[in-house]
Amino acid sequence: MTEPIASAAPPILEVRGIGKSYGSIIALRDVSASLGVGEVLCVLGDNGAGKSTFIKILSGAHEHTEGTLLAYGKERTFGSPREALDIGIATVYQDLAVVGLMPVWRNFFLGSELTRGVGPFRRLDVKGMRRITKDELAKMGIDLRDVDQPIGTLSGGERQSVAIARAVYFGAKVVILDEPTSALGVKQAGVVLKYIAQARDRGLGVVFITHNPHHAYPVGDRFLLLKRGTSLGEFAKNEITIEEMTRLMAGGAELETLAHELERA
Amino acid sequence: MTTATAPAVTDERVIRTNPFIAMLRRPEVGAAVAALAIFLYFSLSTQAFLTPAGVSTWLYSSSLFGIMAVAVAMLMIGGEFDLSAGAMTGTTALIVGVITTQWGVNIWLSLVISLAIALLVGAGNAFIVMKTGLPSFIVTLATFFILQGINLAVTKLITGTVAIQGMGAVPGFDQVKVIFGSSFPFLGMNVKVSVVWWIAFTALASWILLRTRAGNWIFAVGGQMTSARQVGVPVMKTKTGLFMTTAGAGWLVGMLQLFDVSTVQATTGIGQEFIYIICAVVGGCLLTGGYGSAIGAAIGALIYGMTLQGIVFAQWDNNWLKAFLGGMLLLAVLVNLYVRRQAGVRS
Repeated sequence: MTEPIASAAPPILEVRGIGKSYGSIIALRDVSASLGVGEVLCVLGDNGAGKSTFIKILSGAHEHTEGTLLAYGKERTFGSPREALDIGIATVYQDLAVVGLMPVWRNFFLGSELTRGVGPFRRLDVKGMRRITKDELAKMGIDLRDVDQPIGTLSGGERQSVAIARAVYFGAKVVILDEPTSALGVKQAGVVLKYIAQARDRGLGVVFITHNPHHAYPVGDRFLLLKRGTSLGEFAKNEITIEEMTRLMAGGAELETLAHELERA
Repeated sequence: MTTATAPAVTDERVIRTNPFIAMLRRPEVGAAVAALAIFLYFSLSTQAFLTPAGVSTWLYSSSLFGIMAVAVAMLMIGGEFDLSAGAMTGTTALIVGVITTQWGVNIWLSLVISLAIALLVGAGNAFIVMKTGLPSFIVTLATFFILQGINLAVTKLITGTVAIQGMGAVPGFDQVKVIFGSSFPFLGMNVKVSVVWWIAFTALASWILLRTRAGNWIFAVGGQMTSARQVGVPVMKTKTGLFMTTAGAGWLVGMLQLFDVSTVQATTGIGQEFIYIICAVVGGCLLTGGYGSAIGAAIGALIYGMTLQGIVFAQWDNNWLKAFLGGMLLLAVLVNLYVRRQAGVRS
């Protein structure tokens, strides 16, 4: 996976005409997109556009009911998040899957703890885990004061970054980020965007879900626009401008006010 | 990456906390301070408290509560309660008593049978709690009443009385008594073997909580169950293990009592389930789960045991104990609240 990919190599993750219905409710219909190594795929859409359903399919939380999902060119159906994780697709949820009262390093390794010794003497490799946590966070450009502090004491951006670093360390080839910037201030959001770029530069595929074109455009390579449960198309960066993206997402009626609002921002 | 940080990790952004202050933040230290104060108070105010006989009395009392409090503390860290823990000490002892004295079952086999039943009830509690999502408080309250009723009804049905007689005459009783009901001289005291069980169990629980994967999972399932599940922690397995451990501890305490006094009342253990929880909370456990310590719970039980016997030695009205217990609990909850705020858990 480390050598430069030939142009013929299949994308890490690809969906063709994928859809999901819950009983009589169609949550998502006919969405196609693909993600290559070292690429960032931004999934944009307003509330209720189907973003959540889309990532639930990719992360294995829900099975799709239509279309095909391909990982490394092979057709797949994920029965559980574990199955997705096993082939290197990790999801960083909005709630980040961290336990606030536990130290940063315990959170970093939670569920995949390092141990030493055998049998009844098998114990946590506390020193090793502390060191690796500190190093891995440093690689993401996070210089943590103290890996023993409860993770609940970190800022939102820092926690987000710890969650990304954790996914990367545990062999994720694709990281799905569910609205990582939505709850953050401008500066914190910038920090997270920087980590996304860093993850991309290290050869990961990143699926970045957001409703903010201004966050998506600087880091994205491809853009999948969703509206009312269906795709408005997948665009490469040179095929679409940020204004066009905004217009497509928002629709004509809201455009005037939105553009106005954005210009002043 | 290796040279970036010096081995001694110090950072100018971390205020060097006074080691004394840092120590005070540990969950068990508040309880230790209180235990010391109570120890000094009764040592100075009563004659009997500090005598070898006095010490072994309150140590014995603390040990029985302590084993349960430590198990209940682990369960509480894992985010659950077990109100059937007290009745379980009676149930297990009654099973051994009834099947050995009435039906002549081999005493060793009876130990295995009662342990198996205890573990089964623990697993049953876990199964119902996890499958239904009902609060364990309600589920184990039901188990508590069921056990309480069975303890009395079945014992009366089979033996005709509400207590087990003639345990001492059962073949092999003396051998088992060595394990559960003996005592040994130590520094002039006559120390009951249950104290050794208590210390060993507390040490084991601390090791598991702080130094094993299972311990990490216990804190995680109690702190944030959905997060734990998302990162692959086996939530069901962890919680089931905790409920079974609590039931297993109930069996141990049941045996320690049965083989100490060679008899058991059908009402044994009733009403003690809350004392275990109080000991755990006094020792620093949060009622909401995810935080606490085994040593803290053991100290909480020590406080209870010392007070229980100290009040007797001081010849006060026994009812003061309940008032004291309530006061300790309130104080502990307030301290915990403060600690939690200090830990600065956001959102």
